[in-house]
Amino acid sequence: MLAKRIIPCLDVTAGRVVKGVSFVELRDAGDPVEIARRYDEQGADELTFLDITASSDDRGIIFRIIEQVASQVFIPLTVGGGVREVGDVRNLLNAGADKVSINTSAVLNPQLVADAAGRYGSQCIVVAIDAKQTGTGCWEVFTHGGRKATGLDAVKWAKKMQGLGAGEILLTSMDRDGQKNGFDLPLTRAVTDALEIPVIASGGVGNLQHLADGVKQGGADAVLAASIFHFGEYTVQQAKQFMATQGIEVRL
Amino acid sequence: MIDVAVVDYGMGNLRSVEQALRKVAPNDKIIVSDDAGVIANARRVVFPGQGAMPDCMRELETRGLRNAVLEAARNKPFLGICIGLQMLFEHSTEGNVAGLGILRGEVVRFASDLRDAQGSRLKVPHMGWNRVHQISTPRPEVEDALAFSTAGGGKLDSGLAGTHPLWNGIGQNARFYFVHSYYVRPQDAALIQATSDYPQPFVCAVARDNLFGVQFHPEKSQTAGLKLLQNFVQWNP
Repeated sequence: MLAKRIIPCLDVTAGRVVKGVSFVELRDAGDPVEIARRYDEQGADELTFLDITASSDDRGIIFRIIEQVASQVFIPLTVGGGVREVGDVRNLLNAGADKVSINTSAVLNPQLVADAAGRYGSQCIVVAIDAKQTGTGCWEVFTHGGRKATGLDAVKWAKKMQGLGAGEILLTSMDRDGQKNGFDLPLTRAVTDALEIPVIASGGVGNLQHLADGVKQGGADAVLAASIFHFGEYTVQQAKQFMATQGIEVRL
Repeated sequence: MIDVAVVDYGMGNLRSVEQALRKVAPNDKIIVSDDAGVIANARRVVFPGQGAMPDCMRELETRGLRNAVLEAARNKPFLGICIGLQMLFEHSTEGNVAGLGILRGEVVRFASDLRDAQGSRLKVPHMGWNRVHQISTPRPEVEDALAFSTAGGGKLDSGLAGTHPLWNGIGQNARFYFVHSYYVRPQDAALIQATSDYPQPFVCAVARDNLFGVQFHPEKSQTAGLKLLQNFVQWNP
């Protein structure tokens, strides 16, 4: 059977991997190429790189990093952050990305998702959604790294993105991101139940049980985590072994 | 002389395939090319693919590569990957388009209401790492049941690793990375070299003479995938 995926996430700025709490207070976690190789050796199913560079000055750095990683690591690589036009998608794919993640630009220009999926195929277009709870069973989409409210309902937005050709949804709970108290399971469940395409749960992993809960309770097809892997609390292999003991199909 | 030509018909990204081939064959001359002459003169050809099959077929025609691909598939080691496998068949229900017709059979979509044994919804695209059951020896009567039935049910898994040279050194039921919504249904069951389950068995590798095709992405399947590519660059059918 198809395995549930574990995806370490590398937030990259100025050529370094960093990790913040609720999108602020950044802490250095090391060299992206070295970290990518380590996770590959540990059995990561995919890697996600988010270019969180605020200014456009350092844009070229992410391309060099992806090129280096792609020549050494032979698992799927997703890259997101700052994707504004179809040309950005092309450049990232050419650098060695297998999938490109679109977040803010999907809200500003939904046609970008349709155009990019039409040109390169749905399999390489991931729409990233940053959502914040606004009431019971209600989540709103935020953009610009979580700074800007959009008024969009997260579940409806995810369905719209599926309709425009997104191949996958990367769903981050802003309330949980960096808090280490687990995924927002009702949010994950609401989105995954509404969609035909795979959903990656993100935001809030503090221990291995959280990863298992994202799959078993949230219904996620893949789980993404950063800090529990970056700072050596757990290896990807340990995470997979734990999930296997919970009856979850994983690639060991 | 070019050792391996990767056919570039303008669809998506061929970097991953090129990088993986360089890794397994560092001394070979590997080239990504949209030139029919280069493809004709290469020792081996890899035919990858991403995106929608109607677009892929159209681009192949527009760039004048159809004959070069047909010719290569006839007479030299040839590896089709993903849509590159699907295009070898006669017809796809994706956009109701004709393929190259090198192999008999069709390409069909996964049903949209698939459930696993626990009742959880199975998403389409089928995306991620799945087990590949290699076929050891042809067993036509069982294979017929599998090839023709969308409901599946025909289990070919004898427990023995596959006998085709491209499976050399790859464990039975090893996991490979997949991302696709359509799969092939060959008419000739003897072509089937592997199946995977989602949740029913579907064909994920076929072979005939100098031709091998896989639905999964060996270039993204870590150790097992690199081993398959290495077997391909050393294959002398």
